Amino acid sequence: MLLGIISDVHANELALEASLAALGRLKVDRLAILGDVVGYGPDPEPVTRRIAALVSGGAICLMGNHDAAVLGARTSMNDTAAAAIAWTKPKLSEASRQFLSGLPMTATIEDVLLVHADASNPAGWIYVTDTASAMHSLLAVKAPVTFVGHVHRPQVYCLTATAKVIGHTPVNDVAVPLSAQRQWLAVAGAVGQPRDGNPAASFLTYDTATRDLTFRRATYDYEATAQRVRDAGLPERLAERLISGT
Amino acid sequence: MAKSRLDTGSVLDGFTIGTLIHRGGMASLWEVTKQGDPASLLMKIPVLQEGEDPAAIVSFEMEQMIMPRLKGPHVPRHIANGDFAVQPFIVMERLAGDTLLPQIDNVPMPAEQVAAIGAGLADAVEALHRQGVIHLDIKPSNIMFRPTGETVLIDYGLAHHRDLPDLMQEEFRVPYGTGPYMAPEQVLGIRSDPRSDIFAIGCLMYFFATGVRPFGDPQKLKGLKKRLWRDPVPPRKLKPDIPPWFQEIVLRCLEVKAGRRYPTPAQLAHDLRNPTQVQLTARAEKLTKDGFFAVLKRKGEPHHSLIDRPPEREAEASDAPIIAAAINLDDMTPELADKLRRTLLRILERAPQARLAVLNMLKLNRIAMDQSLDEQGNNKHVQRLVGLKDWARPMKLTQGRVTYHVLEAVDPADKILDYARVNNVDHIVMGARANSTLRKILGSVSGKVAMEAPCTVTVVRIREAED
Repeated sequence: MLLGIISDVHANELALEASLAALGRLKVDRLAILGDVVGYGPDPEPVTRRIAALVSGGAICLMGNHDAAVLGARTSMNDTAAAAIAWTKPKLSEASRQFLSGLPMTATIEDVLLVHADASNPAGWIYVTDTASAMHSLLAVKAPVTFVGHVHRPQVYCLTATAKVIGHTPVNDVAVPLSAQRQWLAVAGAVGQPRDGNPAASFLTYDTATRDLTFRRATYDYEATAQRVRDAGLPERLAERLISGT
Repeated sequence: MAKSRLDTGSVLDGFTIGTLIHRGGMASLWEVTKQGDPASLLMKIPVLQEGEDPAAIVSFEMEQMIMPRLKGPHVPRHIANGDFAVQPFIVMERLAGDTLLPQIDNVPMPAEQVAAIGAGLADAVEALHRQGVIHLDIKPSNIMFRPTGETVLIDYGLAHHRDLPDLMQEEFRVPYGTGPYMAPEQVLGIRSDPRSDIFAIGCLMYFFATGVRPFGDPQKLKGLKKRLWRDPVPPRKLKPDIPPWFQEIVLRCLEVKAGRRYPTPAQLAHDLRNPTQVQLTARAEKLTKDGFFAVLKRKGEPHHSLIDRPPEREAEASDAPIIAAAINLDDMTPELADKLRRTLLRILERAPQARLAVLNMLKLNRIAMDQSLDEQGNNKHVQRLVGLKDWARPMKLTQGRVTYHVLEAVDPADKILDYARVNNVDHIVMGARANSTLRKILGSVSGKVAMEAPCTVTVVRIREAED
C-alpha cells in the first residue's frame, strides 16, 4: 500500500491543493494528515473543509498543537503563532470546529505509527529535532516506523541494534529503504510552511510493501499565499517565511 | 531470524544453489542458477550468528541497499535481494576470473604496469563516485576485471551512499576498512569523503610498484593512526628505477589532507595515462621521509587538525571537472582564438579545481601511412605542441592545470569523442568552422561532437557580419 503523508498544512490552501494533486499523480492508496490543519495561514475555513471531506473519504487526520489551540486549549506559543490563532478562531465555522475537536492524537496504519509530535507524549507537543529527541520518541514505542510532523523540516532517524540513533537529511525523490531490522522515525516536512530553505510544499510517500520512503516536493504560488497573509492582516513574518522557506 | 539450511541442489527464492565457492568470515559465496537465465550467478550469504560482531549484519544491509542502485560495467550486475526475515542474500552476476589479490605474488611490478592498473581502477572509482557512492574498502581482493578490460569493484559492505542513511556511521567505534589501504580521515571515522578512495588507490599503487605497503599492516587503532603524522618512505628510495612522475602521482594520492590529493579519480586517471604531462613538484624528487621534528610537531597536533573536512555535498565531481578544448590551429582566426580562450576562462573561473586538456587533431591520410616528419624534416607533433602552447599562453593558466595533447586521427570528431569517453571529460569546448561554405562541403566536426558526446559541449562561433 502506498501511503501519502502530509503534515502542517497551516491553512495554506494553494500548498495543500498542489500537494494533493502531486499525490494523486503518484496514485497513493491512503492519505494521512499529521495535524496542524490551521494556524499561520490565511485559509483556515476552506482548508479545514477540504480536509474534513478527505477524512470522510477515508483519509486520516490527526490533531496538531495549532488545532488544539484554536479550540481553546492552553498551549505555549510564541507571539506570532498566538496572534495567528487569535485571527483564526472567528474564521472557523461551527462545523469546522466540530471536525477539528474530533481529531485523534495518534493513528496506526499497518505497522506505521502516526503522530503530530514526539510519540512518547503526544499531548506534550515535543519537537523531534535531533538524534536525542528522536531516540526519546523511538524508545517509547514498539512501531517499526513512526511518522511525525511539527518540525517543518524533513529528516529521517533510525535506531540501530546497539541503541544509537543515526540522522539522515533526505534527498527529494530518492527512495530510502527502511530496513525491517531497525526502528525508523521520519519527520515529514511541512506542506503549508516549509522551513528547510525550500518554499515548495514538502510531504512524503511510504510503500508499506517495499518499505521505500520517499520525500517529495510540490511547488505552488507561494507569493500569492504570502499576499493573502498580508491582506488578512496576519504578521508580516508569516508572509516572508513562505517565500524564503525558512 | 529464521535461517534455512543451504545445500547444493536446494532452491531459495527461485535460485538453485550450486557449489560453495568461498566461505569467509563475513559471508559465504555460492554459485547459483535461475531457471530461464543462462548466466552464471553468485549468491552472497552473510554469516549471522548470535553474539557475532553486528558489523556483519549492518554491512550486509548497506550492501543490499547500495548494490541495486549501481549501474555500469564497473559493478557486478545486481539480480536480487533476500529478505532478512527469511534468509538474507544478494544474488549478482558472477564474474569470471580472479581478483587482483593473487597478483601480490608478482610485486614489485614495473611502474608503467602499475600505472595501467591504477588508471583502470580510477575509472571504476570515478564511475562509482558519479553515482554518489564511495567504496571505502578498495584493496586487491575487491578488484576484478571483465574480459573486455574494465575494472570491476566488488563488495559494497563498507560503502557510503551520498543520498542514503549511513547505517555504519554511528554504529561502531572502531573504524571499518582494511588497514593497509585506509585513508587517515577514515581512521578517524569520517565516511563521507570520496577522496578516501583516492588514498586507497595510492596505497595500492605504492605497494604494487615497490613490493612494500606504505603504512605496513597495522591491526590496532593506534597503529592505524600513525599515518596521520608519519609519511611513508618515498617509493624511489625503495626502488630507484621508479620514474619521478610515478612517485609524484602516488605521493599526491597519499597526502594526509584530502584537499591536496587529486580532486577526482578522473583527474588521477588522466595523469596516469599521460605521464609526460604530470606536473612534477618536490614530491617527485623526495628521497627521504620527513624529518624528526616535522613528524614530532604533527604528532603533537590534535588529530582533526591534520586532516581536511569532507566536502559539503559528498562525491560531487562537478567542482573538479575535466575540460577538453579541441583546437584546430589550421582554421583559427584571431577572433575565434580570443573567443575560445574567453569561454574557457569563464568555465575555469567557476571551478577552481578544473583541469584543462588542450587537444589538437593531426589528421591522418586515410590511405597512405603518414610520415611523422614534414618536408623540412620537422616533427609534426612537436610543432603542433608548440602551436597549442602558444595558443593557450594568453590565458596565463598555472602549470599543472593544463595539459596538451596531439592526437592522430582519421576522423577528428571520432577521436575527440573517444578521448572524452576514455578520460571522463565533463565538458568539451571547441570552435565552429569559420567558413560556412566549407562547413557545408566538409561537414561539421563540432556538430557531430555535440550530437554524440557523453558530456556537455560548447561550440564557440563568431557571429558573421551580415551582407
